[in-house]
Amino acid sequence: MEFASNITLSALFQQVLVGLSKTTILFIVASGLSLILGVLRIPNVAHGSLYMIGAFLTYTIAMFLGGGSTGFWLALILAPIGVGLVSIIIERGLFCHLYEREHLILLLFTFAFTLVFGDLVKLVWGSDYRSISAPEIFQGSFSVMGLPFPRYNLFLLFIGPLVALGLWLLANKTKIGKISRAAAVDREMVGAVGINVSWVFCFVFVIGCVLAGLGGALVAPTQNITQGMDHTIIIEAFLIVIIGGLGNMWGAVLGALIFGLTDSIGILVWPQFAIVFPYTAVVIVLVFFPRGLLKSTW
Amino acid sequence: MFGKLIHKKSFGLAIVLFVFFLILPLFVSRFYIYIFALIFVTGLLATSLNIVLGYGGMFQFHHSVFYGVGAYGFVLMLTKTDLSPLFAFIVGPIVAALISLIMGLICIRLTKLYFGMLQLALGSLIWATVFRWYSFTGGDNGIHGIPLPSIISSTSGAYYFTLIITAICLIFMYLIVNSPFGSVFQAIRDNPERSEAIGVNVKRHQLIGLMIAGFFAGVAGILFVTVEGSVFPDMMFWTFSLEILIMCLLGGWFTFLGPMFGAAIIVSLRTFVGIYTEYWTLILGIVLMLLIFFLPEGVLGYFVERFKPHDKAVLSGEK
Repeated sequence: MEFASNITLSALFQQVLVGLSKTTILFIVASGLSLILGVLRIPNVAHGSLYMIGAFLTYTIAMFLGGGSTGFWLALILAPIGVGLVSIIIERGLFCHLYEREHLILLLFTFAFTLVFGDLVKLVWGSDYRSISAPEIFQGSFSVMGLPFPRYNLFLLFIGPLVALGLWLLANKTKIGKISRAAAVDREMVGAVGINVSWVFCFVFVIGCVLAGLGGALVAPTQNITQGMDHTIIIEAFLIVIIGGLGNMWGAVLGALIFGLTDSIGILVWPQFAIVFPYTAVVIVLVFFPRGLLKSTW
Repeated sequence: MFGKLIHKKSFGLAIVLFVFFLILPLFVSRFYIYIFALIFVTGLLATSLNIVLGYGGMFQFHHSVFYGVGAYGFVLMLTKTDLSPLFAFIVGPIVAALISLIMGLICIRLTKLYFGMLQLALGSLIWATVFRWYSFTGGDNGIHGIPLPSIISSTSGAYYFTLIITAICLIFMYLIVNSPFGSVFQAIRDNPERSEAIGVNVKRHQLIGLMIAGFFAGVAGILFVTVEGSVFPDMMFWTFSLEILIMCLLGGWFTFLGPMFGAAIIVSLRTFVGIYTEYWTLILGIVLMLLIFFLPEGVLGYFVERFKPHDKAVLSGEK
């Protein structure tokens, strides 16, 4: 087809920037998933649904507040909080009774949530496409070496490292973060020194889900908000977590970089098979590093 | 030999069921024949998954890939070559078994969740390729209007073909899981380290198990094509793989016929609840949650445990 027909240096640079902004979204979602996998050991398939709910909530809140810039900024804060509330309910209501069950059962249990959330989203928002525009300061694009680059993506490029920094501070500089890391390694021991592990788990679960909601809120202006976006993101997030190393935040960064960049460069090199590039990259990494690139907490 | 393998009672029941299904098309409408054929196909697929899942204890997360590969292998042989259709019937499952072997060789170094995740990655690669390769596989549209041999192209022809092949495959799988190989396979599930220590080649047994499961999933893929008359990449999307896992859980993965039972429940649920509401997956999700909370052994597993405690001990090992 159009194999490698239009590769120029500036196009490559532009695609790398686009890839990096996709990486931001992937990282935010995958780090939440990784956190839950690392500490709670739940392969949370419903993570993608929470991402989708985050995106739809952003749409609704932004529209409710008039659809302007303020609406979007408020939605960006409120939508992840909404997702967090949903996650508190499902964690305290259901998940906390199942921590000792097998991984396979937990996987299927979270998949049941995916089914339920998928239909609930259809019930509430219908099956139409939704879209919202970026706030005014980030509308339009500026030129990077002669090619257009959306301003909003630049904003994403700043947000990514910010979230990574925030997570690092949370995990390493706060008491609850240190307790969570300890619980990831040995939950009985943490319980034995008198800490309520159940509430630690709840905290970590909610943080992870809020990250999924944040990812959904951030992605909302860049693509159509639609049914099925949960299925795509969750498989990508899982692969990122696996190639990075389960429960390792820097692994999620690395995995998201690999996935996002191969994806965007694939679009440049061979548009028809762009989707195959990141999957191939994942398989190559896993053939050589079956347990992921960085050390996992398992 | 067979006297030991098959309880007289369940053997009789199987014969009765088979005869019942043979004469069923005389009494019900074409729609129900189609649904029953679909149940056989899906049930065969779930049973093939259960060989590695329930009997082998391996987390086969992306089983539908082999189903899809078998179906696509069959269809591509039929549409792209002039060879006899008989050849296509053989190629489908063999390609599925080969893909299963290749994926197995890569994944087998890992266990449990890591095994499943790696398989999910490899399977998604195959799915993505099929999904985008418009010139060869028809891309996301799939391939429709497949020139099937005339004898199986009618609804009842497809039904009988599906019924007979499913019955043969089930017998083979039953013999396999009750053979010495099957016993070793279950020993590996219960304790891989100890099996290794007494001289069992764990990896080789697991690879053979994976190939068998892949082969029968490929057969199910062919049957799906005969019933449905088309292939599409959604049949190897990861959500469908989890749906098959649900069938195994629903029926009970410590019983041989449990997955078949689970498949029947899910296919009927989708068909009949789907008539009344488009939100049938909501109901499936709630059923699944209730199941995990209250019936972790599955529906059939529950009854086996309830009424035949000695059988359960044999089936589930030391669990």
